[in-house]
Amino acid sequence: MSLVEALRVSVTALATHKLRSLLTVLGIVIGISSVVSLMSIGQGSQERVLSRITAMGTNLLYVRPGASSEGRVRGAQGGAASLTLEDATALADPVNVPSVAAVAPQVQTFAQVVAAGQNVNTQIIGVTPDYQYVRNSPVADGDFISDRDVEARSMVVVLGATVADNLFQGGSPLGESVKINNRQFRVVGVLKRMGGTGFGLQDDVVLAPITTVQSRIMAQRTAQGGRTVSSINVQLAKGAKTEQATGEIAAILRQRHRLTGSDDFTITSQEETIAAQKEVTGTFTTFLGIIAGISLLVAGIGIMNIMLVSVAERTREIGIRKAVGAKRRDILMQFLMEATVLSLFGGGVGLLGGWGVSRFISGRTFSGQVLYTVVPPHILILAVAVAVATGLFFGIYPAARAARLNPIAALRYE
Amino acid sequence: MITFSNVVKVYKMGSIEVPVLRGVSCTISKGEMVAIMGPSGSGKSTLMNIMGCLDQPTSGTYQLEGQEITRLKDDDLAGIRNKKIGFVFQTFNLLPWASALGNVELPLIYGGGVQRRRRALEALERVGVAHRARHRPSEISGGEQQRVAIARALVNNPSLILADEPTGNLDSRSSEEIVAIFRGLNREEGITIVLVTHERSIAENARRILHFRDGLFEGEEVMA
Ligand SMILES: Nc1ncnc2c1ncn2[C@@H]1O[C@H](COP(=O)(O)OP(=O)(O)O)[C@@H](O)[C@H]1O
Ligand SMILES: [Mg+2]
Repeated sequence: MSLVEALRVSVTALATHKLRSLLTVLGIVIGISSVVSLMSIGQGSQERVLSRITAMGTNLLYVRPGASSEGRVRGAQGGAASLTLEDATALADPVNVPSVAAVAPQVQTFAQVVAAGQNVNTQIIGVTPDYQYVRNSPVADGDFISDRDVEARSMVVVLGATVADNLFQGGSPLGESVKINNRQFRVVGVLKRMGGTGFGLQDDVVLAPITTVQSRIMAQRTAQGGRTVSSINVQLAKGAKTEQATGEIAAILRQRHRLTGSDDFTITSQEETIAAQKEVTGTFTTFLGIIAGISLLVAGIGIMNIMLVSVAERTREIGIRKAVGAKRRDILMQFLMEATVLSLFGGGVGLLGGWGVSRFISGRTFSGQVLYTVVPPHILILAVAVAVATGLFFGIYPAARAARLNPIAALRYE
Repeated sequence: MITFSNVVKVYKMGSIEVPVLRGVSCTISKGEMVAIMGPSGSGKSTLMNIMGCLDQPTSGTYQLEGQEITRLKDDDLAGIRNKKIGFVFQTFNLLPWASALGNVELPLIYGGGVQRRRRALEALERVGVAHRARHRPSEISGGEQQRVAIARALVNNPSLILADEPTGNLDSRSSEEIVAIFRGLNREEGITIVLVTHERSIAENARRILHFRDGLFEGEEVMA
């Protein structure tokens, strides 16, 4: 019996038992649509995080205080206070580090910001003018922090879009004053809206001159007496090699910090940050995948159950087929083909269903988290392949049982 | 055509062994029409199943057209059932959801034949139920169902047709029509026919009647 013939026989048999076929398909549909929708959530959050990281600017290195262990970021790094504004100035000198294009040191803290009777608790970042280029944060309105602001420790701030919304409720904040730690600041600019929620806080932020934040809001000094910074963002020149730049920066910092032993700073490249984030979202995706896998397993057991019932119910049919000359292989092929047709069909419908669910939930908020979904093309192929594999795997036992039946016993079966 | 020597069939019921065929020997020649009669439970169906390659003997040998059957594997037996033998059952054994035509086509699916539809229709015509080709078994009479079953047995042009009480579920008029079909196939096409029956009038259509009792042949009559 040819494959085409087996297909014809299977389709006829399936069409004859419509309700049973439908119930089997339903299990697969649910299994595959949960695989597709859950995987799309995983994929969506991954792409979201990655696009947010790249939106922060490209070709970046982050220098943070504290030693690294095994190349991984250590949790306690924030505790050390080794980097200073002077370090940043040294890195910005092209003689010292030829592969650097721009340097943006920053300090950050959380504080209460009050204006016009509204108050928000938000991140305060002390920055220099280069921050807007390096971190890709241009103003939408007004001006960014200027060099003069940094020199003069001016009491000015640039508000993130969310903060501006929350404090001024749609009115223009330019020229208004806000209070941070009971000190009065003037709003000189509002940042362009970055969009997005969840991981990033780009819109929920207040920027001020780094020197102002250091002296008026925080007060931390190194052992040498320099003003500390939380981190230094380094943008590399076009075409600069990450390893080379890392080496140059490390050399300068070691020299400046008079280090002989281990480093008191950590340099992380953007790729490393992406890799770390991928690991996090990868775990999330795997977790979703496991849930989806379980639902597929249930679907598979459903197929097996219904096929076993079907084999029992169709014992006489199998007996008749064998009596007129069907070989074991023919019966095996028929039942496997039935399982494949069912799961292909179920896989296809499940794919559409999963895609629909994924479209539906994308951009909606669930327990405070906005879900973004992306159905990557390879999931489509994977889902159908998984559906067919499920059908075959769970179909093979009932099919083998059917194929082994003795024709006489099968014909006697009532 | 058929040579049985000392064929034994023992069924195991738990630890008890039930001997059903106790050393059957017989020869049926090509082109013969033979009837087998005997009380129920004597083992006639068991004998027919072995003859039809649906089952294997516990011991003894069976040769069909010179080929030793007892050494063959399941799939080889399936091939022989498909090509050489047509089997007609008392209970018809048609697929209830398939049309008469679909049922007759069934052996051709496994035999890899071409022009299946045409051949199946021809077979239905040979037994006079071509007009029922599109009907399902439940939509036609018992006699017609058995004709469809005979058409299915015929469709691959077998050299042997085995019928185990083919008229057991039919009224006397249908029975006579059915046996007339068998006689025609035997006389006109030379197909070897073995049929089991309880009715003397049916058996008398054969040239030879074999009497079977307690797992053994106990005598034969040759018709005039
Ligand atoms: N698969 C089986 N297992 C056990 N006993 C069987 C089996 N098939 C038939 N028998 C027994 O063998 C005997 C002969 O059966 P069968 O060949 O059908 O007789 P007949 O067709 O002459 O009525 C009966 O007693 C029956 O119960
Ligand atoms: Mg019987």
